[in-house]
Amino acid sequence: MSNSSYRHIINDGLWHNNPALVQILGLCPLLAVTNTVINALGLGLATTVTLVASNGTVSLIRRWVRPEIRIPVFVLIIASIVTAIELVMNAFFHELYLILGIFIPLIVTNCSIMARAESFASKNPLLPSLTDGLFMGLGFTGVLLVLGALRESLGFGTLLAHADLMFGELGKAMTVTLWENYRGYLLAVLPPGAFLGLGLIIALKNVIDRRQARKAETVTAPGGETATA
Amino acid sequence: MSLPEQTLHSSPHLPPTNSVRRMMILVILALIPGLLAQVHFFGWGVVVNLVLAVATALGAEALMLRLRRRPVLPFLGDGSALLTGLLLGLALPTLSPWWLIVTGAAFALIVAKHLYGGLGYNPFNPAMVGYAMLLVAFPREMTAWQPIGGDSLGFLDQWRYTLTGSLPAGLDYDTLTAATPLDTLRTALGMDLTLNEIFAKYEHLVSPFGGRGWEWVNLWYAVGGVALVALRVISWRIPAAVILTLFLVATLFALPDPDLRPSPWFHLFTGATMLGAFFIATDPVTAATTPRGQLIYGAGIALLIYVIRTWGGYPDAVAFSVLLMNLATPTIDYYTTPRVFGEERR
Repeated sequence: MSNSSYRHIINDGLWHNNPALVQILGLCPLLAVTNTVINALGLGLATTVTLVASNGTVSLIRRWVRPEIRIPVFVLIIASIVTAIELVMNAFFHELYLILGIFIPLIVTNCSIMARAESFASKNPLLPSLTDGLFMGLGFTGVLLVLGALRESLGFGTLLAHADLMFGELGKAMTVTLWENYRGYLLAVLPPGAFLGLGLIIALKNVIDRRQARKAETVTAPGGETATA
Repeated sequence: MSLPEQTLHSSPHLPPTNSVRRMMILVILALIPGLLAQVHFFGWGVVVNLVLAVATALGAEALMLRLRRRPVLPFLGDGSALLTGLLLGLALPTLSPWWLIVTGAAFALIVAKHLYGGLGYNPFNPAMVGYAMLLVAFPREMTAWQPIGGDSLGFLDQWRYTLTGSLPAGLDYDTLTAATPLDTLRTALGMDLTLNEIFAKYEHLVSPFGGRGWEWVNLWYAVGGVALVALRVISWRIPAAVILTLFLVATLFALPDPDLRPSPWFHLFTGATMLGAFFIATDPVTAATTPRGQLIYGAGIALLIYVIRTWGGYPDAVAFSVLLMNLATPTIDYYTTPRVFGEERR
């Protein structure tokens, strides 16, 4: 595989085909656990690890799985990986594990993981599949983080609160209080805040895309567009 | 003779009697009696709420029109943003801090109206979305109503309170505020009091004919609303369906259980019933449009009002009922489209 196609995979995962903003997949965890940055980060990383591992495994066995039974096989693989991750989180990040609760086992049902296994890993060799898994996961994590930061700063007036759940003693110093004596904007933490926030982020992405498309147009056709504008 | 081309139309030569502007102005005029009654009973807080809510609504409307590259003045002048601001201002408690009013009005105009495409495209009543958002996000501030006949603030003191939160010496927040009639009733019923005991104990807040003060406010809103129906600005179907259904449901539950279920009069003349029935539920954009659909829509609102007031946990039910039925409007319209002449019966 050439370098340019890897760049294509990376761009797709992070921006052009972002699982959360463009494919609009995996919304259930996305909306449910983004009330703080740390929750978002925890779930985002768990999802990323799952994506890389499942994409890698599916890619390796893609020649031996009969197409008629591929979906159950993929589900079994993803479920085993998620179970392993759940046990690891229970052992090393127990508090975070308790907060994220049902949403860790529910990673199994995150459609973006199945979508990548089906549409990419089952058709591509190992290395591109791992890259795709990693950057799709990072793209998902990025959106989780932005949404988490938006909701936490509006809802609680802090950023990275409870960072010690993930980074241990070091994390206690990482919490940023944006506004002292902030009374809190409950709506941002409640489910409507998640929907509104995600909607605004998708709108922002569309605005940026349109700006860039317009810029590209003016570069290729300097006469037409700029003259009328 | 040369006429400007725009004025030539094919027949029928009937000028349209309603424009958005005329409708909105008539609706606002019809609000005035109830508005004055509310000021009379609840003091200057109502006026301050209205000024802030209307100013924010107009400002947010102008901002969004500019951002969307629409002509500002014609749309600002149609009165729809003014009406949204007025309805929200009337719904907010009299001791609201300024940021509560500003957030609510801005949310109503920006999110509930313009993000959906502006006037005519918003599926939910903007004023009620603003109110519901505030109720969910700031439940404590949304109960800061004053009782009638209690201490009240002067005009300047009211402004100072709304803007800075400071009260004149000798008054404090807890003595100024009281639970609304509907809240009083719910709490007292929860303590196993019967209605007669409640009306005796909280005589200053509730009476068998509605909340104290609220019965007059509701009556004057109803007067304005009936005038709108008479002028054919709003159809009679929605308010009639709301009022009759609420009356029937309340009667049905009050008859076997008169000690625990307030009379239908109480439900009609307390809270925002009349304001909701005549002014909020009849919003031409978000209400059902077919004749049968309007009856179903109004009846649905009334049922939900009764259910939420009786078994729910929120101070009043009009906002949530209207929003829920807004959600059902497209379905209702779909199934109640009148049969075109000559079309076969389904």
